[in-house]
Amino acid sequence: MPIRCEIVSQDKKLYEGDVDIVVLPGTGGIMGILPNHAPLLTTLNFGVVQVRTGDEEENFTVAGGVAEIQPDIVTVLADRAENIEEIDITRAEAAQERAKEYMEKGPPPDSDRYLAMSAALRRSNLRLDAVKRYRRGKPKTQAHITEE
Amino acid sequence: MASARDMRLRIRSIKNIAQVTRALEAVSASKVNKAVAQVEGTRPYADKAWQVLQHVAMQPGRETLHPLLTDRTEVKKTLVLLLSSDRGLAGAYNTNVIRFNMQNFGDKHDITEYITVGKKGRDLIMRRGGNVTAEFSDLPAAPSFMDVSAIGHLAVEKFLEGEVDEVYLVYTDYVNIAKQVPVMKKLLPLEVDDGDDLVQEYGATQKTAAAYIYEPSAEEILDEIIPNFTALQVYQAILESLASEHAARMVAMRNATDNAHELVGALQLEYNKVRQQTITGDILDIAGGAEALAQSEA
Repeated sequence: MPIRCEIVSQDKKLYEGDVDIVVLPGTGGIMGILPNHAPLLTTLNFGVVQVRTGDEEENFTVAGGVAEIQPDIVTVLADRAENIEEIDITRAEAAQERAKEYMEKGPPPDSDRYLAMSAALRRSNLRLDAVKRYRRGKPKTQAHITEE
Repeated sequence: MASARDMRLRIRSIKNIAQVTRALEAVSASKVNKAVAQVEGTRPYADKAWQVLQHVAMQPGRETLHPLLTDRTEVKKTLVLLLSSDRGLAGAYNTNVIRFNMQNFGDKHDITEYITVGKKGRDLIMRRGGNVTAEFSDLPAAPSFMDVSAIGHLAVEKFLEGEVDEVYLVYTDYVNIAKQVPVMKKLLPLEVDDGDDLVQEYGATQKTAAAYIYEPSAEEILDEIIPNFTALQVYQAILESLASEHAARMVAMRNATDNAHELVGALQLEYNKVRQQTITGDILDIAGGAEALAQSEA
């Protein structure tokens, strides 16, 4: 029996489908949700949400959020989320570079800009890590990337 | 009657105006589409967040669950978030939303304070002697949630600190290109009820009574989702208002273009008459002159 999974970010719906297992980066640790899980509400850390059906696997980065688990459905409300296959590596790298440069200048640590930049740095680190770790070994999508 | 030259100038200037209004119409038309697409984009998240809140509200002990869900016994101060536009030339768009606001809060003038979004709303409320405690203007053309979440969080903060006991949102709902309706929505305290219509509307099929496991704790989770959800509602309202503004402007500009064309037609007709009269006059003069010449020669 599969479990339904829905992933939405603040600007769109990213994923909807019946799956075997959902792996969530909860604040209390990474958890794998199988069908018939007890009702649970958890906040999410920066991390990767994995959705598996048979051999198929899809990965999404989330920058925090909330997940609600019911026995037959997992709802992920992410603050920011992306499908890993859709991450633009050059853009993420540029953003990381920009943020690093800014941080090295040693700006006042409580300014809005500092907070925004450190959040941006965390996000781009997360994106790049996730791409490195999860995008490998998928010849189909790799070809697709080089095309771009 | 004005001289032919004056009329020519006038016709030319009206044609120029028609050109400008037509360009503005085209610009607004494309902006409406973008704004509407953005509203649609945030809807899934808002629906899901609402669904989660519904489930939370069905849990035992909801009354004391969170201060943002609890009604205050006495309303001493009301906060209104009023959304309007920065720029005019949008027909009756701003007037309508302000008038609607006055119908609802005009008699509670003393206990109402405003947070306005948009210069027009700010100016109109201040002219009426309203108490504007914060204002946001010059928002980006297509604001992201991050751009405007501060507005919602400010309202939540004011509510939590007891500065205000109720928060309302007044904005213009986009129905279609020809119709935009000012509406009022209660933001805080958040009204969660488990009425059947809501369950149907938001597809909350899980009428489960089983208690949640909270991780890390119920309080922390609600602290995160309720303010976020409030901010999201503000965000959606801003997008609705933007779509309405552009639609109103588009219609206003189309009317202006039509009127300009009509005016040009009328003026052109008159100008032709004047021109014809001048020519007739000239011919008569020449003919008269020629006659006089012929007579003197004879």
